[in-house]
Amino acid sequence: MNTIMLSHGSGGTQTNQLINDLFFKYFSNDILNQMNDAAQINIDFKKLAFTTDSFVVNPIFFAGGNIGKLAVCGTVNDLSVSGAKPLYLTSAFIIEEGFSMANLEIIVQSMAEEAKKSGVKIVAGDTKVVEKGNADGLYINTSGIGEIYKNVNINCANALPGDVVIVNGTLGDHGMTILCERNNLGFEGDLTSDCACLNTLVDCMLEAYNGIHVIRDATRGGVAAVLNEISDFSDVTIALEEILIPIKEEVKGAAEMLGLDPLYIANEGKLCALVPEAQANQVLSAMRTHPLGANAAIIGRVTEELGHRVYMNTVVGGKRLVDMPSGILLPRIC
Amino acid sequence: MKFVDEFRSNEYSKLLVENLKSITCNKINIMEVCGSHTMAIFRYGIRDILPPNVNLISGPGCPVCVTPQSYIDTALELSSRKDVIMASFGDMMKIPGRKGSLLKKKAEGADIRIVYSPMDCLIIAQENPSKQIIFLAVGFETTAPMTAVTAIEARKKGLSNLFFFTAHKIVPPVMEALVNDPDLNLDGFLLPGNVCAIIGTEPFQFLSKNFMIPGVVTGFEPVDILQGLVTLVSLISQKDPRISNDYKRIVRTDGNPKARQYMDEAFNLVDSNWRGIGKVPKSGLEFNREFEEFDAIKHFGISYEAYDGGSGCRCGEILKGKIKPTQCPLFKKLCTPENPVGSCMVSSEGTCAAYFRYYKEL
Repeated sequence: MNTIMLSHGSGGTQTNQLINDLFFKYFSNDILNQMNDAAQINIDFKKLAFTTDSFVVNPIFFAGGNIGKLAVCGTVNDLSVSGAKPLYLTSAFIIEEGFSMANLEIIVQSMAEEAKKSGVKIVAGDTKVVEKGNADGLYINTSGIGEIYKNVNINCANALPGDVVIVNGTLGDHGMTILCERNNLGFEGDLTSDCACLNTLVDCMLEAYNGIHVIRDATRGGVAAVLNEISDFSDVTIALEEILIPIKEEVKGAAEMLGLDPLYIANEGKLCALVPEAQANQVLSAMRTHPLGANAAIIGRVTEELGHRVYMNTVVGGKRLVDMPSGILLPRIC
Repeated sequence: MKFVDEFRSNEYSKLLVENLKSITCNKINIMEVCGSHTMAIFRYGIRDILPPNVNLISGPGCPVCVTPQSYIDTALELSSRKDVIMASFGDMMKIPGRKGSLLKKKAEGADIRIVYSPMDCLIIAQENPSKQIIFLAVGFETTAPMTAVTAIEARKKGLSNLFFFTAHKIVPPVMEALVNDPDLNLDGFLLPGNVCAIIGTEPFQFLSKNFMIPGVVTGFEPVDILQGLVTLVSLISQKDPRISNDYKRIVRTDGNPKARQYMDEAFNLVDSNWRGIGKVPKSGLEFNREFEEFDAIKHFGISYEAYDGGSGCRCGEILKGKIKPTQCPLFKKLCTPENPVGSCMVSSEGTCAAYFRYYKEL
């Protein structure tokens, strides 16, 4: 019997198979097929970005945020990395019977705070309550609409040889925090989710250079998944330099213990930008003036090699493939 | 975590590779026994930077890969029983049995929990007194002491609903089987630092004494591995069959006596079936009479005979280092991480998984 597995929601190969083999089979159209973080649509001479995302994170509260903050940031980020100014959000709640009203208020408050900070309005909503046992506490869906800036054309098919790959800071913070909290792994140290709205950072990058080829937020599947998608859509080869990749000591340590690779771990406040080399430094300098880009770094480049794949020059001078993630992240035995 | 970056240093690595290139010797075959070594070697692209005369061969040191398919099939059957909670390390979840995997069973509703330590089962057992908890006790000397301690603790707590389906194995006997194999021409071994942390270096001295083959105990960071190779290649070139401990920051000559004491307290050494390799004398651990109340095989009255999966999977030869995954006709065609034929493709330490994930003609 063919059933839905957890891996169908992990943002890797199986997620793509589900999208391609089922959703695209029935929903396929020119806008959806571009597979950007937000759909880019033209209405009355305005270019709009439109997206939706559902949030099912467990635990609902975690170091650095909660499901509500995540729900606003996630959708704001999908709009802004598409080169849009995020404008309006909707928010739908599916709540399990018995959920604490006080906790719900904390969550809604943090949604309001993030919305205010990022300049979006939550303009419509929906609430459903399901019987105890039929949901895991609380799920939130947010949809968002934004206006794409003039003279900006960001698309995951736009990467070109010579582009450099920039990230805005340390990788794997969110996923590692969740994994450790979910399993009470009790690592000491400062493991905190990077959950944040990136729209002001993206504004700052586009002000520095509005011709940025690609921006993606590196959520499920981590930077590895995003770069594989870019390499696929743009038909280019991307080479990463392991030595340049920023990873917090705590994340490195915990990932090491569990046998996981931070490149594949989810982020909620990290983006990947592909920028022509000539403009890379001006974009990087601009990013570093922003609090969410203080640790921005160039981590690789698009090479002249034929074919589409992502590989890494390792710290010890070897090479290895950085493949599309597959399955769910599972800790190893020893 | 401290001591990570130091052992991933570009500078040291370059020096070590230069060192390695300066040691003259003929073409040599070195087996890294441990799956964690295999993964690290691929993850850091170490094969690319070695001199061409040094040939690394991946060995049978992935505990999940050497567990017979009959074990997985029995685990799948047990997980479907009423009032059973199954607990397992993450690695086991994707392993293919005849009727799917534990992940698939979980999706279909079986209560299967991923644990980080068998000790987590004590809490599960306490919180679920009306359920029978079965821990899939797989692994080498690295995990067997934890199983033993958990059983000892369960007894102290008077828990009568926790059982262990054991398939623990120990490493030295299978290595003896490998060096006795006339088809394999091994000049030296990179020995598993994690296993040696428990059993020490003494159990590997037979390589040196009986077979004149050197071995180097080393860790899992790239600098550890390169340093281990420098020592090993030197020993081979000098025809010095010593067992060297290059992982002294973790491994003591006598290992961890306390951990071994727990193993001795709970287990008997028995013959064990290794997937693709066959029966290896005195290479498995089974609860002794004193602890047999924890043995799931006895408690559930399982008749359990070892067999492997068929269908053209060449894992056996891969586990013995006789062929590379790329020489298996199923590799990347019928056998992928999404649709694995053999466990080597989905275990986090499997050789096929390492080749699939990290290695392409670059």
